Amino acid sequence: MTFNARGAFAIFTFELMRAFRTFFQSIFAPVLTTSLYFIVFGAAIGGRMTEIDGVSYGAYIIPGLLLLTLLGETTSNASFGIYMPRFTGTIYELLSAPVGVAETLIGFVGAAAAKSLILAAIILVTASFFVDYHIAHPVLALLYIVLVAAAFALFGFALGVWADGFEKLGIVPMLILQPLTFLGGTFYSITMLPEPWRQIALVNPIVYLVNGLRWTFTGKSDVNIWISLGLTLAFLGLCAGVIAWMFKTGWRLRS
Amino acid sequence: MQPILEIVGLSKRYADGPTALDTVDLTINKGEIFALLGPNGAGKTTLIGAVCGLVRPSGGTIRAFGMDLAKDWRSARARIGLVPQEMATDMFTKVVDAVTYSRGLFGLKRDPARIEEILTSLTLWDKRDNQIRHLSGGMKRRVLIAKALAHDPELLFLDEPTAGVDVELRRDMWRQIGAMRANGTTIVLTTHYIEEAEEMADRVGIIDKGNLLLVEEKRALMARMGSIEASFTLAVPQPRVPAALADFPLSLSEDGATLTYRGHGGADEARAEVAHLVEALVRAGIGFTAIDTHQSSLEDIFVDLVEHSAQKGARA
Repeated sequence: MTFNARGAFAIFTFELMRAFRTFFQSIFAPVLTTSLYFIVFGAAIGGRMTEIDGVSYGAYIIPGLLLLTLLGETTSNASFGIYMPRFTGTIYELLSAPVGVAETLIGFVGAAAAKSLILAAIILVTASFFVDYHIAHPVLALLYIVLVAAAFALFGFALGVWADGFEKLGIVPMLILQPLTFLGGTFYSITMLPEPWRQIALVNPIVYLVNGLRWTFTGKSDVNIWISLGLTLAFLGLCAGVIAWMFKTGWRLRS
Repeated sequence: MQPILEIVGLSKRYADGPTALDTVDLTINKGEIFALLGPNGAGKTTLIGAVCGLVRPSGGTIRAFGMDLAKDWRSARARIGLVPQEMATDMFTKVVDAVTYSRGLFGLKRDPARIEEILTSLTLWDKRDNQIRHLSGGMKRRVLIAKALAHDPELLFLDEPTAGVDVELRRDMWRQIGAMRANGTTIVLTTHYIEEAEEMADRVGIIDKGNLLLVEEKRALMARMGSIEASFTLAVPQPRVPAALADFPLSLSEDGATLTYRGHGGADEARAEVAHLVEALVRAGIGFTAIDTHQSSLEDIFVDLVEHSAQKGARA
């Protein structure tokens, strides 16, 4: 046996089933929250705002709001996916099975990323009820969303292995990702910021993610999109490397 | 005997803790039930964990089915099953989904007929659509066994399989384990219940403080290390142990009415010596009205060995 495809598929489907079992928490709640943003910032306030880069305010904030939800949800899902088996002890089955890091990641990270794609699709459909928008590069947008979802699912998985309590699982999405995304140009262009805040904003990596996705939607970006793509790929590679190390050494997985 | 598992020099030392396993050598033969006995913290679960991939050994080699577990771990693990000590399973999953998941995890294609067979054999088929959290403790433990059997392992580890279950269910589990062995599965079980090992095991291993104190065929062990205690109720109380019986290890009760023999060094030898004692009593004209005999259990042997090990450790 070299690669256990059935094992990877079993983890993938089991994790997806878990998400659908908790439909209201996993799917409905984030869609509702994002819809409220669209109602307030898109439909209600958006009409009174001036266009940014020739794009209506409601349409301008869609990529940022999409990422605001995706980054948090993907990270949380992937981290809970591996943390819960560690917490309840069911990880024994995974560790004693003929599955390695590749199958585990395809299963857990693939399921978290797939769920995020479903979430993104629902959010975009929901947004169309409140805001008129079109996607300039739909294929690239899809690929970029897949890339970001995969990167943050890996990040979430590593977080789930690292965490030794529920508090740590919540701290990273709530106290790090969410503020960085809010300040990462979700609701505004960083070119609107005065100095030195504009330079400070460029240190925030989420700025590059938001602008990367915004470029695929509007064709406009505050930063070089190649830097956005490079950073996303680098983050994905870093997380994959960290997880490979975790499996190789058994850190917090095997005693 | 064909070995199915060969452990050589297995060690596990934790960075800030004691030595959990100290150069353990152990061979498990195909088709046997092997019981690993030991007090809490002896290293039983660590030993199982090292074979099943839950524990990273500090040293030594493990070969299963002739394959080196460090290299051919995928192929070897696909043929090994584990029922953990803790009641660890996703409580919100349906029984049938949990068992189907386990089969897929071990690389086998879906086989609803086989899953039905396993669930039926463990009297879980009627509960197949129940969430595991709604089952009783005994049923949950059966689900863990069903999950471990889902990929038809050739070597099955049962870590305290009957811990916390009532007597009736324990007997039922023993029957289940016997049936698995009858189907050709090799079984290694750890237990606190010595009677469990006495009832089921072909061979026993006694482990304490990470050291395997002995591995022996159960019957041979009991014959070699067992003892017999025989009490004779005398027809006429005696003031002291009669001189004609001085060669026997005897003691007399305070009222002189009961003569007690305690023979060590193997149950078979002791049993023969009791027969000689009866002849000697008859020859000496000492009448008795009743004989009460007691043969030591595996538990007595286990306690003796572990206490001896503790005394040795204290002296060292």
